[in-house]
Amino acid sequence: MSSNTASRYSFWIWPPLLAVCALMIWFAPSVSWLRTPPASWSLPVVDITNQVTDVFVGFAKPFFRAIGELFAYPMEALQSLLQWLPWPATVAIFTAFAWVAAGWKLSLFTVFALMYMVVTGYWAPSMNTLGTVLISVPLALAIGFGLAVITYSSPKVNRIVQPMLDFMQTVPTFAYLIPIMLLFGFGPVVGVIASAIYACPPMVRNMIVGLQQVPADIIESGRMSGATPAQLFWQVRVPNAMSTIMVGVNQATMAALSMVIIAAIIGSSADIGWEVLNQMRKARFGESLIAGLVIALFAMVLDRISLGFSDRSRAVARQHASVLVRSAPWAIALSVVVLCVAFAPQITWFSVWPEGWVFYPADSINAALQYVTKEYADFMKGIKNSALFYFLLPIRIGFVKAISPFSWGFALEPWMMHAYALGAGVLSLLGAWRFSWRIAVGVIIIATILWFGMTGIPWAVFILVVSTLAWQVAGVRVGLMSLFAWLFMVVTGIWDQAMVSVAMCLAAVLVCLLLGGALGVWASRSDRVSSFIRPINDTLQSMPLFVILIPFLMFFQIGEFTSFLAIIAYAIVPCIRYTEHGLRNVPETTVEAAVAMGSTPRQLLWNVKLPLALPQIMLGLNQCVMFALAMLVITALVGSKGLGQSVYIALSNSNAGQGLVAGFGMAFIAIVADRILQGWSLTRQKELGLV
Amino acid sequence: MSTTNTTGDSKDAITGSDVKISCRSVWKVYGDNADAKFQALSKHHTNANPLRQSLIDEGLIVAAADVSFDVRAGEIFIIMGLSGSGKSTMVRCLSRLVEPTSGEVLLDGEDLLSANDKELIKIRRHRMGMVFQNFGLMPHLTVLENIGFPLKLQGRSSQDRQARAKEVIKLVGLAGREDSFPRELSGGQQQRVGIARSLAVEPDVWLLDEPFSALDPLIRRQMQDEFLRLQSLLNKTIVFITHDFLEALRLADRIAIMKDGQLVQVGTPTELVLNPVNDYVAEFTKDVPRDRVITVGELAIDAANENLSKQLPEGTPTINGGTTLDSVMPLFESHPHGVSVEHKGENLGVVTPAMVIKALAQQQQPA
Ligand SMILES: Nc1ncnc2c1ncn2[C@@H]1O[C@H](COP(=O)(O)OP(=O)(O)OP(=O)(O)O)[C@@H](O)[C@H]1O
Ligand SMILES: [Mg+2]
Repeated sequence: MSSNTASRYSFWIWPPLLAVCALMIWFAPSVSWLRTPPASWSLPVVDITNQVTDVFVGFAKPFFRAIGELFAYPMEALQSLLQWLPWPATVAIFTAFAWVAAGWKLSLFTVFALMYMVVTGYWAPSMNTLGTVLISVPLALAIGFGLAVITYSSPKVNRIVQPMLDFMQTVPTFAYLIPIMLLFGFGPVVGVIASAIYACPPMVRNMIVGLQQVPADIIESGRMSGATPAQLFWQVRVPNAMSTIMVGVNQATMAALSMVIIAAIIGSSADIGWEVLNQMRKARFGESLIAGLVIALFAMVLDRISLGFSDRSRAVARQHASVLVRSAPWAIALSVVVLCVAFAPQITWFSVWPEGWVFYPADSINAALQYVTKEYADFMKGIKNSALFYFLLPIRIGFVKAISPFSWGFALEPWMMHAYALGAGVLSLLGAWRFSWRIAVGVIIIATILWFGMTGIPWAVFILVVSTLAWQVAGVRVGLMSLFAWLFMVVTGIWDQAMVSVAMCLAAVLVCLLLGGALGVWASRSDRVSSFIRPINDTLQSMPLFVILIPFLMFFQIGEFTSFLAIIAYAIVPCIRYTEHGLRNVPETTVEAAVAMGSTPRQLLWNVKLPLALPQIMLGLNQCVMFALAMLVITALVGSKGLGQSVYIALSNSNAGQGLVAGFGMAFIAIVADRILQGWSLTRQKELGLV
Repeated sequence: MSTTNTTGDSKDAITGSDVKISCRSVWKVYGDNADAKFQALSKHHTNANPLRQSLIDEGLIVAAADVSFDVRAGEIFIIMGLSGSGKSTMVRCLSRLVEPTSGEVLLDGEDLLSANDKELIKIRRHRMGMVFQNFGLMPHLTVLENIGFPLKLQGRSSQDRQARAKEVIKLVGLAGREDSFPRELSGGQQQRVGIARSLAVEPDVWLLDEPFSALDPLIRRQMQDEFLRLQSLLNKTIVFITHDFLEALRLADRIAIMKDGQLVQVGTPTELVLNPVNDYVAEFTKDVPRDRVITVGELAIDAANENLSKQLPEGTPTINGGTTLDSVMPLFESHPHGVSVEHKGENLGVVTPAMVIKALAQQQQPA
């Protein structure tokens, strides 16, 4: 549309590049190194990593084991305390927190959530999980706080720490576990350590942002009040950054919980994560749903309580309340605790919920599920197969392989190929004529991908096109970064898995973009839709990832389609949110001007609002890609292939080298995607004069 | 000091008092390598103007260029200028919130710029108070705690703090709102808190950076009266920044006008109105009601004429030379022949209605 506004896009790179690519595709069938990178190119990264790890672990293990012991004590003590405490006492304490954090609604919900754990008989494993979380969260917060203070006060450290945080947040969760497991051994302590490390980055991030955002005049007034540097930090900056810091606490708490659940994979301790994983592995869906709900409720309660504490207006209200009102919830909770402990010997169901009272409807759920899956078997199979044959497979292996009598009902004839090529060419020319050469290039690229599939395209073609694209939309540095990242996959021999992951991610992200975008548009126009979608989004966002798998697993069993749906369910959230936010924040005056010029609602949306909201939507897309990649790894649990699977396998074999290489590969994909999309968004914003 | 002042000193009566703050050729340059570039370039230029120009050519931002002025003890010194002219920068150089690139700032004759961090903190704790345009209140502290904040930083006991905070709260008229949080207060009330906080440590230098600009006109007027009342009680040395010439007129002993980092003119309101050095200053004073600036003293000197004063009837009132024309004019209704003017016991002559009309008419024409 406006090819001349951004000077960075240059047309002249593309014809030669595409010609080279065409040549490579042409010769690929006869030249083997074009199809798969020859083994002689690969560097022994995995082996070297393993050797280094072995040496390091051998040397450092005693030290880390000792640290592990150190954390094992308080954790076990806390766990036994929580087991010993009569459940009404624990419920009372939680309810008091909920009350103080966010009022009676949340405390009611908290009672309900904890009672669910009691009634379903999952109290004991839940308390073990809680014990782990209660150790790892403070640990993460303390480390995060310290790191943030150091990072904040030294620009040099900041330059090192920021990219490390980027990296830490993109390396898949499983990959964390491998070195930690090697150093600390098996057992629940691994969960504590892993989650403390995993939960650090959001804390550091938010705290630094919070500290930097303290308004200049508040800092100045602090300095003029005669603050020393230390006073300025502790009495001016930190209190003023408190609400952002509390957001960090919230995110860190959720991350810690998520990791504790995931650590069950290696922990095999009696916590709720293990319970869910175990039931899932045994394909007991009713049971995993019931147990999964415990995690979900846990997540919601912790999320709402920690968010409640970050709400400034509530904090002010709290400060205002009289001493009596302020201490009432604590006093009540304390008296409940005392009473429960006192009467626990007499009233046994305070301590142990009697077997007979347990409500555990797994059998009925399973029966119902079986009925549904039988009754609608054809329908669900239809959905699954169409998604696979007409969407997932073409993206992964291309039309050239996906079209077969078994899947599409006919075989691929040469004339179809010619027709396809002709169609793509015409479409491309049409795009160039009606819009711009950028559309034409896009059409050619997409048509090629769909024809050969991600895994069928010669690796060099993929690298060249993606890196050039990265360079064009986000600058030379991102282009080089992309080049480096993809070459890493080539030389470490994980190219094929990487492409499988990219294909899956791409497919899921496309659906998220369309569906999430549509939902976002709808939500931006209707307050009712918006207020209906928001809590669902909040809940999905705070859910530990593998809980999201359960419902899809129930209906579609293990396999690619289940992973696909789970990824969409999780990654669609930012698409909806950012689209709605972007559309709602289009300047009122612009909209009025357009309406005054007589544009119809449709024109208003397509010609005014969407273009202006595009940068926001792009950021949503960026988040969506990150979420999709995070979920992609977890879906290895339900049989998805690609890098996630490699990490998962490495984890079960304790193969640090393989795990780290695959994990880094995943992180590189995430970082490159992130930089490209952000660069693109920034370029668009500049074109629109928004920054 | 204001239109109702018919007995006090005239605006320019403080001449000769001690100098409290002194700014000597202060420069502030922003940009990459600003200090080094300034050092290098200042060797080649002996005059400020070419230096400023070559700094700008280097792509630097010259926020203050060779600014010199003295502020006398007990004076209200107002800095005016368009947005971006360097007012905030100057006042921040006085408190060293901004480190000047070059120049000297003397406080009570001591060099402020050579004070080390410890001394600087001490100076800020005991000798300077500052009020900010956006109030700069701590949102997590109550009114009482905000006001006691500087004392808390000094390590004073909680009782001590409360007692002093309560005193200043009363002074600014906020008694009863001690336990409110800033966000629960109106803009005017928030600025009263800011003022109270800056006064809690009993500073003798009081810096105010557009303290009333964020307030609506009615409140602003009230706050100005309040400010004058406080000053008559406390007698601080004040540097006050404003955009608003009328505000400057109401409050100022002297006004400094800045443009693009340079000081254009310093003088009493009347001097600026009657003798602007250039069009920039004239533009500021253009819409000023002259009857509220010109004092009878200035006219009477022109008319100190024996013949005239003898013709005045018995019972003619004698008024202070610092009185502005707008408050003299009502007197002419009962004294159509004029009034006599004195200053510090010295007879300055008379002012007649005709002279006033002539003066006002003449001043309407461009300088
Ligand atoms: N930290 C900084 N870095 C770079 N330039 C700055 C900085 N602070 C101020 N400036 C520049 O210095 C010049 C003077 O700024 P200053 O804030 O002193 O203006 P001002 O007269 O107070 O304006 P206003 O009335 O808008 O408050 C402006 O051009 C401003 O952009
Ligand atoms: Mg300013």
